Amino acid sequence: MRYLPKSPADRDAMLKAIGLRSVDDLFAPIPAEYRLNRDLKIPRQMAESEIVDFFRQRSRENGDGYTSFLGAGAYFHYRPVIIDSLISRGEFLTAYTPYQAEISQGTLQSIFEFQTMICELTGMEVANASMYDGSTAAAEAVMMAVRLTGRRSVVVARTLHPEYREVLATYATHQGMPLSIANYGQDGHLNVQELEKSITPETACVLVQSPNFFGIVEDVEAIAQIAHQHGAMLVVSIAEAVSLGIVEPPRQADIIAMEAQSFGVPLGFGGPYCGVIATREKNVRQMPGRLVGQTTDKQGKRGFVLTLATREQHIRREKATSNICTNQALVALMVNIFMTIYGKIGLKELAKQNLAKTAYAAAQFAKHGKVLFSGSPRFNEFVVETSEDPYAINSRLLGHKMIGGLPLKKFYPELGDSSLWCCTELTTRSAIDTAVGLVAESERSVRSAKEEVEEVAR
Amino acid sequence: MKHSTPKATRHVNQNEGLIFEKSSPGKAAWKLPPLDVPEVDPAKLLGKAERKDLGNMPEVSEIEIIRHFTRLSTWNYAIDLGMYPLGSCTMKYNPRVNEAVARVEGIANGHPYQPEKISQGALQIMKTLSECLIEITGMDAITLQPAAGAHGEMTGLLMVRAYHQSKGNPRKKVLIPDSAHGTNPATAAMVNYAVENLKSDARGMVDLASLKQQMNEDVAALMLTNPNTLGVFEQQIHEIADILHAKGGLLYMDGANMNALVGKVRPGDFGVDVMHLNLHKTFSTPHGGGGPGSGPVAVKKPLEPFLPAPVVVAKPDGTLGFEYNRPHSVGRVRSFYGNFGMFVRALAYIQANGPDGLRQTTEDAVLNANYIRKGLEGSYDLPYSTPSMHEVVFSDKLQAKKGVRTMDIAKRLIDYGFHPYTTAFPLIVPGALMIEPTESESKEEMDLFIEAMKSIAEEVEEDPQTVLDAPHSTRVSRLDETAAARKPVLRWKPMSSGQ
Repeated sequence: MRYLPKSPADRDAMLKAIGLRSVDDLFAPIPAEYRLNRDLKIPRQMAESEIVDFFRQRSRENGDGYTSFLGAGAYFHYRPVIIDSLISRGEFLTAYTPYQAEISQGTLQSIFEFQTMICELTGMEVANASMYDGSTAAAEAVMMAVRLTGRRSVVVARTLHPEYREVLATYATHQGMPLSIANYGQDGHLNVQELEKSITPETACVLVQSPNFFGIVEDVEAIAQIAHQHGAMLVVSIAEAVSLGIVEPPRQADIIAMEAQSFGVPLGFGGPYCGVIATREKNVRQMPGRLVGQTTDKQGKRGFVLTLATREQHIRREKATSNICTNQALVALMVNIFMTIYGKIGLKELAKQNLAKTAYAAAQFAKHGKVLFSGSPRFNEFVVETSEDPYAINSRLLGHKMIGGLPLKKFYPELGDSSLWCCTELTTRSAIDTAVGLVAESERSVRSAKEEVEEVAR
Repeated sequence: MKHSTPKATRHVNQNEGLIFEKSSPGKAAWKLPPLDVPEVDPAKLLGKAERKDLGNMPEVSEIEIIRHFTRLSTWNYAIDLGMYPLGSCTMKYNPRVNEAVARVEGIANGHPYQPEKISQGALQIMKTLSECLIEITGMDAITLQPAAGAHGEMTGLLMVRAYHQSKGNPRKKVLIPDSAHGTNPATAAMVNYAVENLKSDARGMVDLASLKQQMNEDVAALMLTNPNTLGVFEQQIHEIADILHAKGGLLYMDGANMNALVGKVRPGDFGVDVMHLNLHKTFSTPHGGGGPGSGPVAVKKPLEPFLPAPVVVAKPDGTLGFEYNRPHSVGRVRSFYGNFGMFVRALAYIQANGPDGLRQTTEDAVLNANYIRKGLEGSYDLPYSTPSMHEVVFSDKLQAKKGVRTMDIAKRLIDYGFHPYTTAFPLIVPGALMIEPTESESKEEMDLFIEAMKSIAEEVEEDPQTVLDAPHSTRVSRLDETAAARKPVLRWKPMSSGQ
């Protein structure tokens, strides 16, 4: 086996040194009746070339070469080449959690920079080293608000990513945290009247997403005011990190729970991604996850360490702020490198291109169909209502190697034949025109079919 | 160094500031293509939501970024540089073909919501990996959704709770041995179970008498790591399972130490009802400085209805798809389907090994731990003489007489070119040195490690101060953790705003 660095002679010599006759003696502590005396029924040992072939074949069966208009919590942005060059360095790739600070300064300093940039972008004062993803970050942020306020119930915007809501519901079930849902209004924003009604003196926090699941930028200031008036916290979830380049961050929030996948992390069929929690300094001791802090060594030299560990499971056990241990460190490094590459100016320009492509696409779609919530400010997603079932439209688009928007009826049945479309800097004008053309074609044929039916009826 | 080994020498180590300290206006590492649609006015589209300024985000060039992170990387120790014997962490070789196949276009760029029809490749990977893991664990069904081990624990306990609830009573508490990882009790608390400690016997195993006494109808499950954190196989595992099952409880196995068992024994065959695996330990996906992980949870048949939705199923037309309609499911624990990229890597690892390779891997891992145990016996105190599996736990009892503790020895080990072992864990061993070499170490590397550890033991006798002041060869010396926690500085700020 090519990963094992021992010759048969080495093994014999080692067994001899231990004073054993055979390898079986090493497994003597396992009661004989449970020992497996056969081969595992798994694929046979394969050569590297066969493994590569196997995955290339799977890749061909997996949408390779399609143009996609999907977003909905997972965004296709350009990934600069140097991200993979740098994260492939064995010193980053094959290191453990930086508990031994003296020989982990590389990882520690990069996390410190990551925390700093997340603070700069979100307008918060502290950020942790990462969470599993945006959904679990949101759930943990809510639990953090529950601890901070001593209240238990939570108001969740229905425009929060539906899967984030599901994850929160799972986390909340056994925490005695009643959840109530506040719906959206005609304009696709969270309905503030409904929010007002949902908040009670027991509300620990309001959880909203901005830009929300429909791509619409919420009026965070107004929502914060309502939450704070009732003594509740505001938790804002950000699923599309690139929006931070051009959309004002939710500075009025108490906690921000982010998904940073857009910053240089491959779509990868849904993971691994990079959740982050950011908040005010005064809340830091209730923060879950790892934190890196600056300190000095015995000679007074600047260095970095994992800090405030008394919040964490390995110290506090059942009294910890969370059970999280392994996080998404290497993915956070991708995010870090991406933020460093684009920086102060590039992120803004990148976000502006997303805004322009989306504005163009939405305008084109509006010529042939109905774009919902069209008066509201949006970032890079929009909802298109069609006369035909979007699944049928998407089937036709697939024939042109295009993946259309996400049909919404599964999550929002009341929106009927609507779908959520996304454009990023990688969406070309010609792809937009083609997709719009195909949707328009179907709109026309549905209309003419309807007219025919009407004619027959007449 | 008084006792030097061939492993470590000093080499040039370049200084590097924070990236913000290199920033200056006008530098850039990015270039966007010309816009092929009309320009827009953000103020018009976004109104008051338009962001004007990105604060102190850096402005640097590409070469500076390459040098910045490359220099930082040289300050890290890594498996690629040598033995990383962190007990319970299974720091094994991370094969590079895993990285290559995870980056194949259709796999790296698959969107989680793309139609199932064009997701057959990803679904096939998930199905094949699931089948392999079910066979390896001897369980009946699996979810790949949890993002890490602790997340898997939570998912497993949610299923335990749902199972008991379906019988009419969710029960109140979870038994956890005093040798357990901190995630176990933290997880139980998240699922709203009270934690009851279970003590270990003189051999470092579950004390059966205590278990019998503490087991009753209030106990939902026992969370057991097997081999446990002492590296000891719970020989009475089946009696343990029987005691639990007799009172309707379930046996949860923390699979952190599965590297001792793969291909040799299957948890499903010795009475485990639910368990998680750590793909980033046993199945070679990289630790990456602390993640990403992946924590699949395998269960026996009675728990299958409670698996998180969705699950991968074969549809009547022979294609694969996701089944969302699972009325008894505990719900979702993560968006989409989990850390898919780790599934790719774990499957590539299983394929590279096959049944024979996996068995040999386990045998070598156990052989290596026992070789180290033999090599260090006498130099370090062995608190439990029970046979070791994949890791061995010593204590600093002999060295403590000179005022040298496990952390000091660990820091001195750095000077010899090794990453330290796990210190001060498990909690049942005061001053523990928990050593897990994994199968990835050659005899030569382990001989160097044994030599280094023995040399440190001698130094403790002759010159304890050298050990107490270690490390001497690193870029920074021991860091002031107390100051870091007392007045936390958790981000960089520009000079003008103080600091």
